Amino acid sequence: MKKLMSGNAALGEAAILSGCMCYFGYPITPQNELTEYMAKRMNELGRVFIQSESEIAAINMVLGASATGARAMTSSSSPGMSLKQEGISYLAADELPAVVVDMVRGGPGMGNISPAQSDYLQATRGGGHGDYKTIVLAPGSVQELTEIVPLAFDLADQYRNPVIILGDGMLGQMMEPVDFDNIKPPKEYPKDYVLTGAEGRPSRMIRSLLFDTKEEEEHNWKLVRKYHRMQQNEIRYETFLIDDAEMVVVAYGIGARIARGAIKRLRQDNIKVGMVRPITAWPFPAPILQELAKTVHEFFVFEMSAGQLIEDVRLALAGQGHIHFYGRPGGVVPTPVELYRIIGRHYYMASGRKQP
Amino acid sequence: MKKIYTRPKTMKEAHFHYCPGCGHGIINRLLMEVVEEMGLRDKAICVAPAGCGMLLYNYFDIDTLESAHGRGAAVATGIKRVRPENLVFSYQGDGDLAAIGTAEGFHAANRGEQITVIFVNNGVYGMTGGQMAPTTLTNQVTTTTPNGRDPILAGHPVRICEVFSMLDGTTYLERVAVNKPAAVVKAKKAIKKAFQYQLDGKGFSLVEILSPCPTNWKMGPLESCRWIDDVMTKQFPLGVVKDIP
Repeated sequence: MKKLMSGNAALGEAAILSGCMCYFGYPITPQNELTEYMAKRMNELGRVFIQSESEIAAINMVLGASATGARAMTSSSSPGMSLKQEGISYLAADELPAVVVDMVRGGPGMGNISPAQSDYLQATRGGGHGDYKTIVLAPGSVQELTEIVPLAFDLADQYRNPVIILGDGMLGQMMEPVDFDNIKPPKEYPKDYVLTGAEGRPSRMIRSLLFDTKEEEEHNWKLVRKYHRMQQNEIRYETFLIDDAEMVVVAYGIGARIARGAIKRLRQDNIKVGMVRPITAWPFPAPILQELAKTVHEFFVFEMSAGQLIEDVRLALAGQGHIHFYGRPGGVVPTPVELYRIIGRHYYMASGRKQP
Repeated sequence: MKKIYTRPKTMKEAHFHYCPGCGHGIINRLLMEVVEEMGLRDKAICVAPAGCGMLLYNYFDIDTLESAHGRGAAVATGIKRVRPENLVFSYQGDGDLAAIGTAEGFHAANRGEQITVIFVNNGVYGMTGGQMAPTTLTNQVTTTTPNGRDPILAGHPVRICEVFSMLDGTTYLERVAVNKPAAVVKAKKAIKKAFQYQLDGKGFSLVEILSPCPTNWKMGPLESCRWIDDVMTKQFPLGVVKDIP
């Protein structure tokens, strides 16, 4: 049965159903409903909840819990995510699973508490120090959020790597009907690395310090091979009306939802626009864009930032096609009508036809 | 022939990387002696720091997890909350606990986390080459206080045990030293007591250990040991700071 829930609360319930045993969080808007939901539910279930003293402490509690083999999660919003980067780098280096939620808000600096998509590069480029990657999942609705959460925990365990859920203030705070029917009990993953006390076995260590540069280099290449496996196996995206499209919009998350409304209006005007919506912001769905570039010349990137997703589109197209751009940074959320007008104008400019 | 002294079974067969006269080797050994004597090898999980103590997992034959600089108490919290039946302790230096990781240590203590912090106070950042630590004494010369620590410019030496004693979550805080045999015996007793308090679920425990760093103090090993008694203990008096049995 469907329930009306905010994205933040639905995320919390989905995490609980996915076997999240520990949640550590620090208040920051617009993700507080998640921390509050977990405070209530984790205690009811006898699981671990701590309101930490900082985002730095929260991510390091995640690291400790993850090292014991427990499914652990933390969440924050943009300024807090900057603080978590230290711990995410260590999790990646230690090859420890974790789920980290970023309900992005306007930035840089304190910015504001309105929905934004300006943490894209931080999330998809590792974000902290060193050569590492995290899988980045970018859901576009509250229902999809509940489906992405169990996937995030599974991918984290499967690859032993942190996974970022990249939402935004709107996705976190808006209420939509959801069900959790798709969430199955968590699978078992090999736990031959976890720290439990060395009873009946040799002692184990989990560490990222490798003074020997050859050893550190080999560790890096090992991680790179893992990231290649992710790129081969974990790309996820959705297409919308691309079969006859003359212009393809690339947008993700809430941005894609706004774009969808705009495209529906454009179609009513017989303007052939479609969309590719990356669900994994990393690994980025470059192959579908490369495939489309064989027949489509016009691409249109829309994002609620000054231009971050566009870098991945440029890299994917590698000079093919022509990329149009519309960005609204600073927590501004454009309407589908606004985007309809902008895309329509670009479409006519590109086609050389006169706009009616 | 009767063997009267041997390597604890909880220690790996490895050579310490510590400088001559450094206290870390003594503290490492004391910890593993206590773990062995209390029969805790199978239950113990140690959180290693950044700094001179960071390689302790090369010596400890127990489960160990590295933490980022200063985050030991938060990492230990994560472990202990999942596995309350384990003995969980962090090993942290003065820069680690009293500067970059003050928040994590302070709040783990305030929550009364059932963990033990082994706090090694040698008054300097050792591994990075002898810079001023929060515990550097007034007028003490370091590479970043070349004219001696001036309290007006660089603040005062931090007494962690006394600060933490104000927190209701703490149950046992003692300052010891490892600069002479009698002190080493006391240090071992303190570690044992702290671990026992944790096993008994009494709350947060911390043992602060004054430890010589001849390399960065620019002193000989013997002189360093004397300096702890003659100078360091004036700022950091030895003894039990808090004990709620």
